[in-house]
Amino acid sequence: MIEFQAVTKKYDDGTVAVDNLSLTIDAGRITVFVGPSGCGKTTSLRMINRMIDATSGTILLDGKDIRAQHPAELRRGIGYVIQHAGLFPHRTVLDNVATVPVLTGASKAVARKRAADLLERVGLPAELGKRYPAQLSGGQQQRVGVARALAADPPVLLMDEPFSAVDPIVRDGLQDELLRLQSDLGKTIVFVTHDIDEAIKLGDKVAVLRVGGRLAQYATPAELLAKPVDDFVASFVGRDRGYRALGFLSAQGVPIGPVATVALGAEVGQARAELDNGWAVVVDEAGRPLGWVSDQSLSIVEERVGRSDLVSGGSLFDVESGSLRTALDAALSSPAALGIAVDAAGAVVGGVVADTVLKALADARRTGEVPT
Amino acid sequence: MTWVLDHVDQLLSLSAYHLWLALLPLVLGLLIALPLGWVASRYYWARVILVPAAGLLYTIPSLALFVLMPLILGTLILDPLNVQIALTVYTVALLVRVVADALAAVPATVAAAATAMGYRPVGRFFAVDLPLALPVLLAGVRVATVSNISLVSVGSLIGVHGLGQALTEGFQRDNYAEIIAGIVLIVVLALAVDAVLVLVGRVLTPWARIGGRR
Amino acid sequence: MWEWLTNPDNWTKTFGTPGIPQRLAEHLQYTAVAVVIAALIAVPLGAYIGHTGRGGTFVVGMVNAFRALPELGLLILLALSMGVLLAFEAMTITLVLIAVPPMLAGTYAGIRNVDQSAVDAARGMGMREREVLVKVELPNALPLILGALRTATLQVIATASIAAFVSLGGLGRFVVDGLALREFDQMAGGAVLIAALAIVVELVLAGAQWLVVSPGLRAPRSRKRKATT
Repeated sequence: MIEFQAVTKKYDDGTVAVDNLSLTIDAGRITVFVGPSGCGKTTSLRMINRMIDATSGTILLDGKDIRAQHPAELRRGIGYVIQHAGLFPHRTVLDNVATVPVLTGASKAVARKRAADLLERVGLPAELGKRYPAQLSGGQQQRVGVARALAADPPVLLMDEPFSAVDPIVRDGLQDELLRLQSDLGKTIVFVTHDIDEAIKLGDKVAVLRVGGRLAQYATPAELLAKPVDDFVASFVGRDRGYRALGFLSAQGVPIGPVATVALGAEVGQARAELDNGWAVVVDEAGRPLGWVSDQSLSIVEERVGRSDLVSGGSLFDVESGSLRTALDAALSSPAALGIAVDAAGAVVGGVVADTVLKALADARRTGEVPT
Repeated sequence: MTWVLDHVDQLLSLSAYHLWLALLPLVLGLLIALPLGWVASRYYWARVILVPAAGLLYTIPSLALFVLMPLILGTLILDPLNVQIALTVYTVALLVRVVADALAAVPATVAAAATAMGYRPVGRFFAVDLPLALPVLLAGVRVATVSNISLVSVGSLIGVHGLGQALTEGFQRDNYAEIIAGIVLIVVLALAVDAVLVLVGRVLTPWARIGGRR
Repeated sequence: MWEWLTNPDNWTKTFGTPGIPQRLAEHLQYTAVAVVIAALIAVPLGAYIGHTGRGGTFVVGMVNAFRALPELGLLILLALSMGVLLAFEAMTITLVLIAVPPMLAGTYAGIRNVDQSAVDAARGMGMREREVLVKVELPNALPLILGALRTATLQVIATASIAAFVSLGGLGRFVVDGLALREFDQMAGGAVLIAALAIVVELVLAGAQWLVVSPGLRAPRSRKRKATT
C-alpha cells in the first residue's frame, strides 16, 4: 500500500509540479494517474521511487517513509517501466531482463532462468532472448520492459506511459496482457497515462489530476463516468460519457427474446418462411451467427442461401460477460434492429432490443446500482 | 620580443605563404569532395568503396605523404606542390565522408517533397540538399582547415617553408622567441580562419538561428 | 626505393646504426606509451564530464583549440626547453597532449549519446551512480570511445614520425637522415614504412573494435525484416 501525505513538489523557478497531493493507493490493485500535460502525474509517480524527491510531505510505502532507505535499495524493490522501454542496447534481451536479480546478488544462471520464464509470461517466444533490443519491434521492446520490471518479483510496479509510443492495435494487445498478468500476479501497480480511455480500461481506481498538480477526483472508473466532480473532470473524461458508463453495468437483467434463425445453405423458400418481421439470422452448424437475410436480400437469391447472399451483421452481445453497453451496441448496430446474443461458445441464444436495454438501465438506477 | 619586432616583415610574408599553402588545397579538396561525396550518399556501392578508401588515405601520416608525393608525381623533392597536393588529398579524404554523411542527413521527407515539386537532381542538390547539409559540412570544413594550417608546418621538415620555418630555424638557433612566434602565429591563423568560417556559416544558414534553443 | 626496402642490410643493425626493425620498435614504443597515458587521463575525465554533464562546453572549446596547435612547434619547444637529455620525455608530453583532446571529446560524446531512457531505467531499477556509469553508459559509449582511440593513435603515429627531427628514433629517422644525406631512396623507404605502419595499426584496431563492442550496438547494415509482435 502506498500513501501520499500532503506531497508537494516545487521547483526553483517557482513551478509547482505537484500541489498538496494526498491519496492512498490500494495494495494489489491498478491505480491510474491521468491528466493533461503539466498535471504532475509523472512527477508524482517518480516520487514513489525517489527518482524525484518531494519538496514537502511524506510518501509511505507499507507504512514506512520512503526516505528512510537509500534510494538505490528502495528502487530494487520496485519495478519501473518507462515509455520507450529503456532497454540496454548493449545486452541481449535475456540479460536485460535478468538485470535486477543479478544486481541483488542472484547468480547469472538463476537470473537467466527466471528471465526466460518471464519472457514466456509476457507472451514472447524464447528465441527472442538471444537477440538485442535493436532487433525488436516497439511492442516487443515494451513487453521486455515489463518482464524486466517483474524479474525481481517486486510487490510494486510503476509504469510511466508505457504503451504511449506504440500503435493503437499493439497498445490494445499490451493492455489486455497487462490485465491478464495482473489477474495472475496481483501486484500494486501505479500507472500513468494521458489517455482517459486507457485509464478507464485498466484502472481499478483512477486519480484525475489538473494542471498545476492538484487532485481533481480520485474514484473508480464507473463513478468517474457517472458522477464527475466538476466541469474539468467531465470534459476530460470526454464525450459519450453516459454511453461509456454503460460498460460498467452488467447485463444480467436484460431479457433475451427469440430470434429467427436460418441454417446456411437452406433453400430460399424455407428461409422465407422463417423470416420474422422481415429478417432472420443465418447460422453455421455450430449455431454461430454469420450474417442476416431479409425479404429484400432473398429476392435475388436463386436456390440456396450462400455466404455471398448475407447482409453484414452488427456487434455481438455475450450474455455471460457482456455489459449494458455491449447489449445496446449490438441492438443499435444490427441491420434488423435486433441485437444478437451469443453464449460463451459463440452460438446464438436469442435477440435483444434497444428498448429492453434502456429499461434495464432504468431499473438499475432505481435499485441503486448506478451511482446517482 | 625584440627579435619578433625586428622580423615582422619576414613573419608576415611567411604567414601569407603559409595560408596559401594551406587554403588552396582546402578549396580544391572541397570541390573534389563534393561530387564524390554526393555519389557516395546516393549509391550504396559507391559509399562502400569511397569511404573506406578515403579513410585509408587519411590514415597515412603527413610526413610520409609529403615525401611520397614526388615519387608518385615525379616532381622535385623540395617543390611546394608536393605539400599542396598532399594536403588536397587529405582534405578530400576527410571531406568525402563528411559530405556523404551531411547529404545523407538531409531529411528524406524534404528531399522527396522537392523532387515532387519538380526539381531535377542537380537543381535539387543546389537548392535544397546543399543548404541543409551546410551545418555538418561546415563543421567538417573547419576541422580540415585547422588541420591543414597545422600540417603545413610539417612541410618545413622537407624544406617547404611556411611558418614552420620559424620553428625549425628557431630550433637550430636555440631561438625561443622565434619558435614561440611561429607557434603563436600558426594558432592565431588557424583560429582566425576558423572564426571567419563560423561567420560565413551563420550568414549562409539564417534558418538555423531562428527557432531558438532546445 | 624498392632496392632500399629489400636490401637485407637495412633490416639489421649495421655498424651500430639501427635497422628497420629497431626503428619500428622505437616508433611503436613512443606510440604505445603516449596512447596509454593519454587514455588514462582522457577516458575517466571524459566519462566524468559526460556523466555529470558539467563542463561540456569546456571540453569542446579545449579540443578545438588544441587542434590548431602545430605538433612540430610543440615538440620543438618542449625539446629545446627541456634539453637534449630529456628529449624522450619532451616528445612523450607532446604526444600525450596531442592524443588527449580527441579521446576526451570522443569519450564525452560517447557518454552523452547513450540512450537516455536506458540510463533512466538503470537508475530506476536501483543502480547506484557508479554502477550506471560503468555497467550502462561506458559499454554503450564504447563505439565512440574506441573510434576516438583509433583517431588519437593515428595522430600519435604521425607525430612520432617527426620525432627524428629532435634527434630521437622512430621510422621518421629514415626520412630525416635520407634528406640530410640526399639519399632519396632511404627517404622514400621511410615514408612507405610509416604509411604501412599506420595502415596496419588502423586495421588491427578496427578489428579489435569489432570484437570488443557488443553486437547489440552494431548499426544494422540492411533493413532486415523484424519479427512481428
